[in-house]
Amino acid sequence: MSTRTSTAAHDKLKFVGRLRRALSPTGNAGDAIFRGLMFCAALLVLIVVGGMIIALALKSLPSIRQFGFSFLWSREWNPVKSEFGALPFIYGTVVSSLLALLISVPLSLGIAIFLVEQAPHYIARPITFLVELLAAIPSVVYGLWGIFVLAPFLRVHVEPPLAHWFGWAPLFQGPITGIGMLTGGIILAIMVTPIISSVVRDVLAAVPNSQREAALALGATKWETTRVVLINGAPGIAGAVMLGLGRALGETMAVTMVIGNRAEISASLFAPSYTIASAIANEFTEATQDLYLSALVELGLILFLVTFVVNGLARVLVWNVTRKSGAAA
Amino acid sequence: MNVTEELRLKSKLPRGDRHRRVTSAAMTAFTAACTLFAVGVLLVILAYIAWQGIGSVSLRFLLDSPRPVGEGGGIGNAILGSIVLLLLSSSAGMPLGISVGVYLSEFGRGRFASLLRFVVDTLTGIPSIVTGVFVYTIVVLPLKHFSALAGGIALALIMIPIVARTTEEMIKLVPQSLREGALALGAPQWRVTLGVVIPAAASGIATGAMLAVARVSGETAPLLFTAFGSRFFSHYLDQPIASLTVQIYSYAISPYDEWHAQAWAATLVLMTLILGINIAVRFFTRKKF
Repeated sequence: MSTRTSTAAHDKLKFVGRLRRALSPTGNAGDAIFRGLMFCAALLVLIVVGGMIIALALKSLPSIRQFGFSFLWSREWNPVKSEFGALPFIYGTVVSSLLALLISVPLSLGIAIFLVEQAPHYIARPITFLVELLAAIPSVVYGLWGIFVLAPFLRVHVEPPLAHWFGWAPLFQGPITGIGMLTGGIILAIMVTPIISSVVRDVLAAVPNSQREAALALGATKWETTRVVLINGAPGIAGAVMLGLGRALGETMAVTMVIGNRAEISASLFAPSYTIASAIANEFTEATQDLYLSALVELGLILFLVTFVVNGLARVLVWNVTRKSGAAA
Repeated sequence: MNVTEELRLKSKLPRGDRHRRVTSAAMTAFTAACTLFAVGVLLVILAYIAWQGIGSVSLRFLLDSPRPVGEGGGIGNAILGSIVLLLLSSSAGMPLGISVGVYLSEFGRGRFASLLRFVVDTLTGIPSIVTGVFVYTIVVLPLKHFSALAGGIALALIMIPIVARTTEEMIKLVPQSLREGALALGAPQWRVTLGVVIPAAASGIATGAMLAVARVSGETAPLLFTAFGSRFFSHYLDQPIASLTVQIYSYAISPYDEWHAQAWAATLVLMTLILGINIAVRFFTRKKF
């Protein structure tokens, strides 16, 4: 009996000692308190992220129980009949984001190459600032501009010619309203361009100069040298594109304001569509029944998990490139 | 054909070589065009906001609360609401964000720190609407109504990772010799961090904090079902509160031309704040970067 308590006391002492050393290797009480406080703040961040997953999962349980995995591929979204399938939203989110990348990836690459490889320093600096200002414009402002400037412009000057020349393709058929998938994709493209181009810029700047010098010394032209640089930075560029994808998938206000918000799957880019984020934004405050709210929270959970994975992958890709060069330099 | 003649012919730029030069020049032109396009879009958007907004901005518009269509009205309550929300979110988000940044830079070694760094980084990319849904489930549902408090919490959650990462980057720029000097004088680690390292990085940390404010002041999605919006002046933290962004959104999707004009004017006010912060930050940090 006595030996048992003594070992327990001993264990406790050992534990306290280990804790103290962990908190403060220097053995100073102030250090222990300071480090403890900072650690609590850090822990809080992890708890928030964990709490996010748990809270969203708990709230979406009724919907998960009711629909299971068929939630992901059912096309029916009818709150009146309590039928909830996310496929139209998933389709709208994926297609609008891919459309955005299709436009913004070449554009962002062009900008980054120009700023890192071509432009002299005194031009590159102010222009870099201007391009990054595009990222400072709030989503709702892009939406406002999209409704009153971009959508009418597309309706009058872009969509009719597209329908005229490429009308044989299902992509460009149907009524022309200016509000729909194409407008959503273009707004998204403008919004993700500063993000992709700024990461690509960092990646290109991290490619060692010896690569450029070697290519130039072999008689390569400027563009051939740039291609060598691009190949060197390829994983980082892939990361930048993933980062842009993550942003496009979750973008809410601007898309909600121009995409038309109709839960239908249509092959035409002119037709209205709906994304996960805009469905949540539009319908959350209207959802009076539990199952409806639960279905919307499940949409949020899907969006959270997908963007978390996409962003995580992007970070790993970008880190690998920029860190390596940091170590070499 | 002898060797010298062969060399002479080659130096006259064979066809393949010309092709390579033309491609190179064309690509240079393409990249310049891309850049010009992006800058052009920025200028067009900003000019359009200024042109549309300037006509409706007046002192009355800035101080009045919204009125029914045809009676004018203003965005005074939305400006007050945005200020309340920004104060709320900053008072929680900044100390926490800075603490996390200090932890990452001063104690950030080992597996826990790299996990934290990864989570903070990915947290920056979580769609803000998801943050709104999360805050709705943990704050709005238990309290049973929309509130300024919930809006402030949602914005603080968006602020934390931004402030944390810039704080970490800025503290990393403080020379190691400064730390070593302070430690050699016998100061404990916490005094070194609080008294030497953080003051040395203070301007950088403040810059990051200001950029976080600029970013958060443009957020709409996380406020839709937390702070919700209101048509009256309110400073109660447990009641719904208006904000510039939600006001812009509801006016933009309304069918009335008068409200559209007010949306542009409110946008001009919002953009002045955001661009002001961005340009000021740029001005004060121009020597460092």
